[in-house]
Formats: sequence, structure tokens, C-alpha cells
Amino acid sequence: MIEFLLEIAAAVLLVVGALFALVAAFGIIRLPDVYTRMHAAAKAGTVGSGLLLLATGLESQDPAIFARAIAAFVFFILTAPVSSHLLARAAHRAGCEMAAVTVRDDLAEDDLAHTKKKPNQTN
Amino acid sequence: MMIFVINVIFALLWAAVSGSFTLLNLAFGFVLSAIALYLLREQTGGTGYLFRARRILSLFLLFMKELALSAWKVATLVLSPTMNLKPGIFAFPLTVDRDFEITLLANMITLTPGTFSVDVSDDGRFLYVHAIDCSDKEAAIRDIQNGFERKILEAFR
Repeated sequence: MIEFLLEIAAAVLLVVGALFALVAAFGIIRLPDVYTRMHAAAKAGTVGSGLLLLATGLESQDPAIFARAIAAFVFFILTAPVSSHLLARAAHRAGCEMAAVTVRDDLAEDDLAHTKKKPNQTN
Repeated sequence: MMIFVINVIFALLWAAVSGSFTLLNLAFGFVLSAIALYLLREQTGGTGYLFRARRILSLFLLFMKELALSAWKVATLVLSPTMNLKPGIFAFPLTVDRDFEITLLANMITLTPGTFSVDVSDDGRFLYVHAIDCSDKEAAIRDIQNGFERKILEAFR
């Protein structure tokens, strides 16, 4: 009975996790610029892979593998924000244009104060 | 005493990461974490850890809830036929000033609904946050100040 329930839980997690990964991929295609795309990649991506890892851990029914899956998820939570932050900052410094619908950009004003370089058009 | 508990937790983490809960491996993890804690003895000194543990736990639970909400919000946004976007980068005035608190706040902002951190100003006074809905800057700042920043201050001050 317990095994059956675990299988069901793992299957549900697997499907939901895969759906979130799919949504992250859709987001990267549909959103207009690199910054909004990072939202999809960082969040839906993290949750998607986290659920997949959890499903793997449950499916194995082995405490050691389950613990390793949890540890991998924790490391994912620790590293995903750092990589998305670095990508966005690098994009901004490289002058990557923001989408036309962008309403404000405080960082561009700060960059302007620091460097003499004229920033790219932001909106 | 508290250092001992952290030491045990680190040993368990080691066993989790290396995937083996044998006595020998746990002992090895314990020795490893003892060495790590010895290297950090100046930073880990002090008391009140047990009292703090509950607040750190509540911060962690809030974070998990926000992460789930955030993924859901991105999903509904991406799948809606007309994406109503008002993205923008706003400057968030930081109250926290220690490096690890800023890092923690920046990471949490990244994994919460509609916002992610792009940059920290050179003097560490502002955090530049990209929001998917930046139509009301003041409200966004208030949300972060009353949510994560306050929790971080409660947990680590």
C-alpha cells in the first residue's frame, strides 16, 4: 500500500515537474527580452527540476538516494539565483536592450552616473 | 553546545551528499565539519542559536511558499494569451548591510513572485531589482521590506 502511494506521488511529481520545465521553455520563447526571460528560467526552471529530483528520490524508495536528491535540490536553490543574477547583470552591462514595454530602469541612471559611456536606449 | 549541533547537522549533510549512511562515513563527515567549523571559529562564536533556529525555520518556510507561488505566477503569465507586461528595474534601498544578509535577500528576491535581483550598487546601499510588473515601485519596495527583509533582520539580528 505504501509502495503504491509512493509510486502515485512520484508519478504526479514527475508530471507536474515536467510541466513546469515546459512552461519555463515556453516563457523563454514568449517573453520579450533577456530580463523577463530570466524570470521564467530561474523560477519555473528551479521548481521544475526540484520536483523531478523529488520524484526520483521517492521512486527509488532508498533513503540514501532520497537524501541525495534533496541535497541536489538545495544546491539548485542556492545556485540558480546567482547564475540568473550574473547573466542579467552581464547583459545590462553589455548594453542589452530592454523590451519596448519596459516602464523604468533605475540601474541605467546609476550606470550613467558611474561611467561616461552613453547607455543604450532603454525604452 | 550549539556548535556541536551544527557539527552533527554538517555530518548528516555530508552523509546525504556522499550517499552513504554508514557509521564510518558519518564519522568522517563529523571530522570534516569539525575542521570546517574550526576554520570559521571567529564567525560562529556567540550564543542564542537555538532561539534563532525557530525564526530561521519560519524564514525557510516563507521562502518555500513564495517559491511555489512564484513558479505558479510565471506559469500563468507565460500561458496567458495576452501577456500583460510592465517590466522594469527599480532601486531597492537596503536596510540590511552585512554581506551575507544582502546575498540572502538578493537570492530570495530572485526566487519570489515577479521579481529578481540584477545588481547591487557599489556602496551596498541599493539593490537593483527587475520586476515583471513595475507599475507601482513603492508597493513593490514595501512588499519586500515587510516580507523578507524584516524576516531576515528578525532571524539574524
